[in-house]
Amino acid sequence: MSLTDVQVQAVGARETPGFAALFKIEMLLALRKRADIANPLLFFVTVLALLPLGVGPEPELLAKMAPGMIWVMALLATMLSQESLFRGDFEDGTLEQLALLPQPLYFAVLAKSLVHWIATGLPLALLSPLLALMLNLPTEGYLCLFVSLFLGTASLSLIGAIGAALTVALRRPGLLLALIVMPLYVPVLIFGTGAVQAAIDGYAYSAQLAILAALLAAAAALAPLAAAGAIRISLDN
Amino acid sequence: MSVTTKSPVVLQVRDLACERDGRRLFEGLDFSLNAGGAIQIKGSNGAGKTTLLRTLIGSTSDFSGEILWRDKPFPRGLRSMRESLLYVGHRGGVRGGLTPLENLTWYGATEASAMEALDRLDLFGFEGSLCNSLSAGQNRRVALARLFLPQSPCLWILDEPLTALDVAGVAALEKQMANHLENGGSLLLTSHQPLNLPGLNFVDLSDFLVEESFSDMGGEHVFN
Repeated sequence: MSLTDVQVQAVGARETPGFAALFKIEMLLALRKRADIANPLLFFVTVLALLPLGVGPEPELLAKMAPGMIWVMALLATMLSQESLFRGDFEDGTLEQLALLPQPLYFAVLAKSLVHWIATGLPLALLSPLLALMLNLPTEGYLCLFVSLFLGTASLSLIGAIGAALTVALRRPGLLLALIVMPLYVPVLIFGTGAVQAAIDGYAYSAQLAILAALLAAAAALAPLAAAGAIRISLDN
Repeated sequence: MSVTTKSPVVLQVRDLACERDGRRLFEGLDFSLNAGGAIQIKGSNGAGKTTLLRTLIGSTSDFSGEILWRDKPFPRGLRSMRESLLYVGHRGGVRGGLTPLENLTWYGATEASAMEALDRLDLFGFEGSLCNSLSAGQNRRVALARLFLPQSPCLWILDEPLTALDVAGVAALEKQMANHLENGGSLLLTSHQPLNLPGLNFVDLSDFLVEESFSDMGGEHVFN
């Protein structure tokens, strides 16, 4: 038998999963872990439902606090669910296999962040009008609250991926993850609450929303790059 | 020896030394892997077998010496090497939230070929259960089922593939490895168990230990 013939046969072309395949498999996994989707939402709703019990039920006071409280709780709920973003894949070796693909890790991180947002940020944004009603937010703020959370939580998911990637090799990353991502979350929080406050006060709020959209564009371009680099460092040890 | 000179060298390692956590594991390592050749890396626990494999797949660039893939030195050769690499590590790369069938399809198998591969590893009937609910040995089999897919990449690097496998599993794996070598593929693996493979070569890492007295170690390590 001639050796060159069999060699050609053995060199199989390696199938590289594209972004669509990555997204599909992550969606499937997210749908199978429904508790992971429900937990941040329950946290979000419970804390905001308890708030009037803590600070008193005066409608004016609640209305004043509503934009900030809803935004801070959305931020915390996103961060709490972020810890496990890469953990499962790291422990079962999938991350190692993804890092070996000829295709850059960027797309894998982007797909994971997108699914994380669909599973946490999007439901939070959809629930926000209901919670705004509970906290007596003036009706002028509803649309702006939804849009700002819609854009802002996507940025939070992307930025949080950096922290999750940096701490994936650690056993208990909790506080460290918070310390890494909190400063990066601050601009999103400021412009998110600023937009809602402006809407309530009757001012134009499109500038704040535009900045939130710009933050999202920058996060989508840069955060997966940073997270991909962090994953390679975590895998190296 | 004319047979070995005929088949081309695919992977060559020259004067390789690896470190882990500031400790030099081995140095002066030389070997070459031919198309159709198989090498089993031996060495005691902690000798650096996994570190060597991880260096060869480019997961860590912390080495000195030369690694060449088809005569192209790393890191230039790494890219083309990864295109023809199948690596199964300690962690098999099997997602617990997916079924064996979904896991294999993720690795590029068609449904028919995935079913056939699972069948050859006695996993028929388990293709629809989540891998979370399977045993360690069964999960190992799912990871190794990638070796049974058609159009397999030509370089297999396997880290302890025999762990948690039963006798029948080992036999099926040996048969598939022999098949792969016959087709001109190459194989590099670590294992503590003896393997029944024709033409298997050995590299023992204990032959390349760093001979270094305690006083030669850098001061920083002493104070750490």
